[in-house]
Amino acid sequence: MYTVADLKKGLKIILDGDPYLVVAFDFVKPGKGQALYRTKMRNMINGSLLDRTYRSGESFEPASLEERTMEYLYKEGDHYTFMDQQTYEQVVMEEETLGDAKNYLLENLKVEVMLFGEKAIGISLPNFVNLRVTATEQWAKGDTSGNDTKPATVETGYVLRVPPFIEEGELIVIDTRTGEYSTRVKG
Amino acid sequence: MRTDALRLRANVIKVTRDFFWERGFLEVETPLLIPANAPEEYINPVATLPSWQLQTSPEICMKRLLCSGHKKIFQITHCWRSLERGSRHLSEFTMLEWYRADCDYQALMVDCEELLQHITKTCLPDKGYFAYNSAKIDPFSPWQRISLQEAFLRFGQADVWDCLRKGLYEEILTSVIEPALAGFDSPVFLIDYPTELAALARTKPGDNKLAERFELYLGGLELANGFSELNDPVEQRNRFEGTNRARICAGQAELPLPEPFLNTLATMPASAGIAMGIDRLVMLAAGVNTIDEVVAFTPEEL
Repeated sequence: MYTVADLKKGLKIILDGDPYLVVAFDFVKPGKGQALYRTKMRNMINGSLLDRTYRSGESFEPASLEERTMEYLYKEGDHYTFMDQQTYEQVVMEEETLGDAKNYLLENLKVEVMLFGEKAIGISLPNFVNLRVTATEQWAKGDTSGNDTKPATVETGYVLRVPPFIEEGELIVIDTRTGEYSTRVKG
Repeated sequence: MRTDALRLRANVIKVTRDFFWERGFLEVETPLLIPANAPEEYINPVATLPSWQLQTSPEICMKRLLCSGHKKIFQITHCWRSLERGSRHLSEFTMLEWYRADCDYQALMVDCEELLQHITKTCLPDKGYFAYNSAKIDPFSPWQRISLQEAFLRFGQADVWDCLRKGLYEEILTSVIEPALAGFDSPVFLIDYPTELAALARTKPGDNKLAERFELYLGGLELANGFSELNDPVEQRNRFEGTNRARICAGQAELPLPEPFLNTLATMPASAGIAMGIDRLVMLAAGVNTIDEVVAFTPEEL
């Protein structure tokens, strides 16, 4: 168990059953008064922020979180299945939990899955992924509209802006941190 | 950046020392390691030798010097308070304390005004003000005095006695009153505290529920705590024992009582004493928002 003396930025604790990350902390103590431990915490499952003030004597359960490399297998409805290639253990995550990460999930992609006990609560993607363009308009030579990008759909269904010279069937590199087109894969 | 702060720190300490020397105060040194501090409900000493402690304040020894006839004394020394660490707290910090015999807390408030004006003139000749967060505090504009109860009523729409009973005192003070004090461009004294918040202070004549204690705030940052000293040994022992009872109720260790201090307290003249945080004074002079920026090393860097 942690006590208030262990509180600091970066500490992970369990609150009302959910894992929380302490993102801001200060020790406040008015002259001759009781110490207050002010924290701002982020729910590691839904991302919501919470302000909590504690006093001496309170204790916290540490949140043990584990990151494991897993491979994305398939999607069924709103559920995405990942598998640990070493143990063949599978976990399922909902679309809501994945957030924008779902835009880059192509079968067999290796990702880092954050596990809170048995439950997968988030994934970290590689910074760059390669995805094939499945639909985009032909660039009309001599187009004077001044647009220097056009929409394109990639094989995961994600739509982003790409340069006009990108054609259907091409493989492009996307920066998963920004969701933007990075470069074209030559060959 | 830290180099500038350390230079300013050295200057503030030198100027503070000169200020008291010039006014006829005797600079004293008292032991840092002592058998007993004045017990406080919410201050935990750092224990070292079996049953001895590092001082949480030099007050016990300094008041014994008043008992032996010294009239005006000051000290700049280190104090330790267990597990206190935050943007305004270090477990080991530097304290300025001064005491005046034959005076009450009013004289100390005048000292505060003169000291901070002197430091501004000498250490901050170009800038001319103290700063904390977004507040700029001019020590030459009229200083405010607000009773603690008035501050609770005015800024918090709450009665301080009510807040104490409900355990909300610290919460209201730090989240409502202190931010309101940050809006003043002059230093502010909060004065006259409930006696339970002033274990070593004399009560106001004719009102034993209020003690002659004040806290000095600049930009909402608590800088100093002063009071007219209690010199009734029976009353003092009762309050210490009450503090220990409260500690036991809260599951805290009972603290030893400073017996030689209690035994000489009857000989102490009417006096007043004050503790001012030097680190925070330097923060205000440098205009920085964390105590880390004004010390050579933080505990985390050791």
